[in-house]
Amino acid sequence: MNARRQPYDGIVVAAPVTVPYRRYSTNTAHWWVGRAVREVIQRAGLRSADIDGLSLSSFTVGPDTAIGLTQHLGLSPRWLDHVPLGGASGVVALRRAARAVQCGDAEFVVCVAGDTNQVDSFRRMLSTFSRFAQDAVYPYGSGGPNASFALITRNYMKHYGATREDFGRICVAQRDNALKFPHALMKRRLTLDEYLSARSISDPIHLFDCVMPCAGAEAFLVCREDAAKSQGIPAARLLATIERHNAFPEDPIQYRGGWVMDVAELYAMAGVAADDVDFVQTYDDYPVICMMQIEDLGFCAKGEGPDFIRSHTLTADGSFPHNTSGGQLSVGQAGAAGGFLGLVEAVRQVTGSALGTQVPDATVGLVSGFGMITYDRGLASGAALLAGGHP
Amino acid sequence: MTKPLVRPRRKDPLKKTRVPLLPQGTRSRTALGLTAAAAEGRFQLQVCSECGTVVYPPRDACPRCLSARLPFQDVANGGTLLAETTIHTSTDVYFRERMPWRIGTVALDAGPSIVAHLHGDVREGERVRLQLKLDKSGQAIAIALPADDTPNMADDPQWRELTCDPKYRRVLITDGRTAVGQALAQAMSEAGAGIVFVGVADPWKPFAGEDRLRQIERVEIVALDLTDTISVNECAGEFAPRVDILVNNAEYVRTGGLLERKGLTVAREELEMRYFGLTRLAQAFGPVLRARGADGVNSAAAFVNLLSVYALVNWPAYGAFSATEAACLSAAQSLRAELRPGGVKVLNAFFGPLETEWYQAVPPPKVAPAALARAVVGALQQGLEDVFVGDIAQDIRARLAVNPKALERELGS
Repeated sequence: MNARRQPYDGIVVAAPVTVPYRRYSTNTAHWWVGRAVREVIQRAGLRSADIDGLSLSSFTVGPDTAIGLTQHLGLSPRWLDHVPLGGASGVVALRRAARAVQCGDAEFVVCVAGDTNQVDSFRRMLSTFSRFAQDAVYPYGSGGPNASFALITRNYMKHYGATREDFGRICVAQRDNALKFPHALMKRRLTLDEYLSARSISDPIHLFDCVMPCAGAEAFLVCREDAAKSQGIPAARLLATIERHNAFPEDPIQYRGGWVMDVAELYAMAGVAADDVDFVQTYDDYPVICMMQIEDLGFCAKGEGPDFIRSHTLTADGSFPHNTSGGQLSVGQAGAAGGFLGLVEAVRQVTGSALGTQVPDATVGLVSGFGMITYDRGLASGAALLAGGHP
Repeated sequence: MTKPLVRPRRKDPLKKTRVPLLPQGTRSRTALGLTAAAAEGRFQLQVCSECGTVVYPPRDACPRCLSARLPFQDVANGGTLLAETTIHTSTDVYFRERMPWRIGTVALDAGPSIVAHLHGDVREGERVRLQLKLDKSGQAIAIALPADDTPNMADDPQWRELTCDPKYRRVLITDGRTAVGQALAQAMSEAGAGIVFVGVADPWKPFAGEDRLRQIERVEIVALDLTDTISVNECAGEFAPRVDILVNNAEYVRTGGLLERKGLTVAREELEMRYFGLTRLAQAFGPVLRARGADGVNSAAAFVNLLSVYALVNWPAYGAFSATEAACLSAAQSLRAELRPGGVKVLNAFFGPLETEWYQAVPPPKVAPAALARAVVGALQQGLEDVFVGDIAQDIRARLAVNPKALERELGS
């Protein structure tokens, strides 16, 4: 049996920051990270010297890692982390930072994710993303993640009867959310017809199933609740988290993620049920993954995702508020910052400070992360429950 | 159903020749085990020596028991195609000009799932056979074929990127005077080659089998003397842009090691014909082959070397001959690297003693010229890089893999 995990005790997330994205940037990842860190510090009313913990996620900061960024940014933290987990970076960075703060290894941890996007950087990243990608994926048509997720999507559709319309409903609702979110790159309304008639990228993946790679940064501050109070900044309480890697390696093709292994503990630790959740931020690299998360995080049974989507409205003011800022599908995917997007948005929602549509009475929010397809499936999964107000 | 290839029309000389591009050829060192298997047409994956798990993608630790003993072994290649996709958008320039391109996830009966290229006749949910092939970069990839052969399946465009099929290609066989050369002409013609140029030194001198050779469909005799640089250059000047597969079948077989030979006359002749002959061919034809590796249905595809298997290990009864063959093998390895940027393969066909006059005193088993020719055509159709023809050649290959020093002693006693 697993040893019983310690609950989080008065750990909060504050100062949610988005550095507005750009399709292409001539700046470096360091520039984007620097801007995000500065804004967190300013929002929290702190000075650089107060930051004693730093967690960095970035694909394009190389050859530097987090340590190089301490000197670059003039920080002297006593706790340092580098989380190269793509779409799971936000949840994982938060988990580690929370324990560091809880145990007193650090008082103020800035978690930051930022990437630049230069004209050729996406192509160059694909061929060298992982050893398995180099040996066993990229030589097969070089379709990138679009082709890999097309196979997963195709298999899911065949097994569970999901249709392109179902995925379209997810994408269209997110676009509606994005229209009111100031930082979204996609600013044109998307209709289901437009979604369905878009050009094929890698069947059954079509244009609007794909995120747009861009440059940007996201960041947040992790500290104790009383510290946030004394700084006078709104903060979201951390209720519970889970994390899992390389779950179900025997599945011949991915139809579920690691959440399935740990979701019961997520709710038990938080003392809430799926019904209590007021909004959900899933990791939306492809809409099929959103559908899997809705199933695997307990909102419906496996295979019932398509029915669930059909019987709910997914906009921020709908019956199942989902990816309320528009998600990566509409805001853009700024590299590792894509793994922070939902978390930063969730902090805003539970603290009543949404930049776009505010989910009414948003008290408990669920954020999910998913990342790193090194061969044929996403390996990293995680989730966190956040709450606003006071216990 | 695969659409049969259409015989390519004569090329418009003003049309730009498509520049050969290659898919990414970078692989981890461990993954090169797949390349070694593909080069000989075997389906091998890593199999854990401790727990028997079949491993893919190639790894350095068994994902079940963490053992580091993961040799590549023959594995059953049956599986089921779980899901497929047709890629319309690629970041890679090689695939961009070949879109759309199908790939799929194959659940192999032996265990792992393999993302593979798909032959046009495979369908989602159906049984498939996986094969390892060398792509244009020279590295191994997996392709799923239908469980049973289908009509015209060798004409599938994704498959044809991986093979050097003589169908509609123009072949040059360098020596038509030998039994092997004549058998090759017959086999290439039967395989559907567009033209079979057959080189003959001093064509005005009659030779055995000439009448039959001239009667083979689409055979054209050309003057070619591999010992004469001018002759090779003239032949290339006239025919190189129309040669898609070059088969160097020059023979110079004499018995004896170093001590029996008096002086260097024979050794020089041997080298003149074999090593320098190969060098002349490579210099005259190689650059054109390399430039035409993506030139449509009849793109340049292969440079074939017929090599004695004793190129791999010396047989002192034919000791000096073996040494010359070894020189040719080494040159062929260089040529392989030099032609790779064009996506042109170098096929080495290793054979044991032949059923010809020069091996008169050697006991059987020996390789009939027709069998050697069939094996070369088969290896081209399968896109192989090394083929071992006949019992002796396969025996030498196997013994060399086990204990090269033992083989050296055995051949020398």
